[in-house]
Amino acid sequence: MIYARRAWIVLWKDLLSERRSKETLNALFFFALLLLFLFQFTLGADRERLVAALPGLLWLGFILSGLVGLGRAFLAERENDCWEGLLLAPGDKSAIYLGKVAGNLLLMLLVEAILLVLFAVFFNLDLAAHLLPLAPVIGLGTIGFAAVGTLFGAMTAHVRARELLFPVLLLPVQVPVLLGAVKATEAVLLGEPLAAVGHWLGLLAAADVIYLTVGVLTFDAVLEA
Amino acid sequence: MTADPSIHVIGLGKAFGGHLVLDDVSLDVRPGEAVALLGPNGAGKSTLLRILATLLRASRGTARVAGYDCSRQPESVRARVGLLAHGAWVYEDLTALENLKFWATLGGLPNGPEALGGALAAVELDRVADERVRTFSLGMKRRLALARFVLARPPVLLLDEPFAGIDQRAGKWLDEHLGAFKAAGGAILMATHSFGRGLGVADRIAILAGGRVALDAPLGALAPDDVRRLYDLHAEDGA
Repeated sequence: MIYARRAWIVLWKDLLSERRSKETLNALFFFALLLLFLFQFTLGADRERLVAALPGLLWLGFILSGLVGLGRAFLAERENDCWEGLLLAPGDKSAIYLGKVAGNLLLMLLVEAILLVLFAVFFNLDLAAHLLPLAPVIGLGTIGFAAVGTLFGAMTAHVRARELLFPVLLLPVQVPVLLGAVKATEAVLLGEPLAAVGHWLGLLAAADVIYLTVGVLTFDAVLEA
Repeated sequence: MTADPSIHVIGLGKAFGGHLVLDDVSLDVRPGEAVALLGPNGAGKSTLLRILATLLRASRGTARVAGYDCSRQPESVRARVGLLAHGAWVYEDLTALENLKFWATLGGLPNGPEALGGALAAVELDRVADERVRTFSLGMKRRLALARFVLARPPVLLLDEPFAGIDQRAGKWLDEHLGAFKAAGGAILMATHSFGRGLGVADRIAILAGGRVALDAPLGALAPDDVRRLYDLHAEDGA
């Protein structure tokens, strides 16, 4: 109970701060808009090319905006030395990790929802029919991304070259998630039933469990380092 | 009979890479006692406080707080120490009340409206409880940090330049607050550059220079000018 309360208060603090400052959300929205313009210029009006590239483009958008958001995940903790406070707080530090993951996950899901709408508008696509089967694919993919991203965000928070190091560390570890998510998204957008992508969903779920477990077990050491 | 020291440091050393910051520091602070830690920039005052707060590990020697070893029992030490460092541990976009609620919940402290309101009233921030910390002065942020100690009631306070950047009124308030903490049996180790206000609450001075405690003496009837002379003498010798 105390553990859950501690995780909740971290999530509450992050959501409240973001709701008031809107710093990350604004940055991510304009970044997503910029990405869409770039994709539009690159692909032009060729519909066949667009449909073939859509799953990759969607996840490229999610990953790039996620990198921007997760890279800022511990910015507030660096201000006024709040990091020290987290470190000196008694009890299991993994509750802090889970609270942070939940906050990042909600923010990423919000940005992904906005991206989906923008994709539908920019490329004149009917994504509504695919939303239901897409939801578990995007949900599982984003959990894995948020779990590792939060851990690596904490690891690189005090590193001088963190903007460079963060994606260099994060992206190779995300390969299973990216592979599973893009393949499953491709199948779903082609109209295949969710059961047909069960193996990819299994891969995503396994990756999520492994990443979250590693995060929970190592976050204390990461904070102390 | 003398009480066991709340802070007990013997032969403490700390090196960063090849650079030795603390060489052989020994120091005791007893319950109800306040020690002002003086020393030039880079003397290792903040490093010593951070070792005692378990934020850093000593390279050698022993540091104990409230009877617990800082290296081997950090969790026990953390539950008994209050650290006021350069940053006040405040989130700028939260209100004073929300900040206090966050740290109280995270630390497993009382976090009901009465407890939080009482702590804010104790540091005279109850009237701005619902204002965002972004609008606070440095002195107000420091008081908010002290509100955490009102809730946690740690037996040991580690203060790094607590009077830096705060005005006369806030300084007087802090003096009184620390005096009350000491009178209740709390132990204070305070790094300071101030020979005036910073020494008001202190019972002893310890001058840190050359990685060692160059002078550890009761403040007694020493005037600020006497302390300054001793400081000049020992800090330069040790440097």
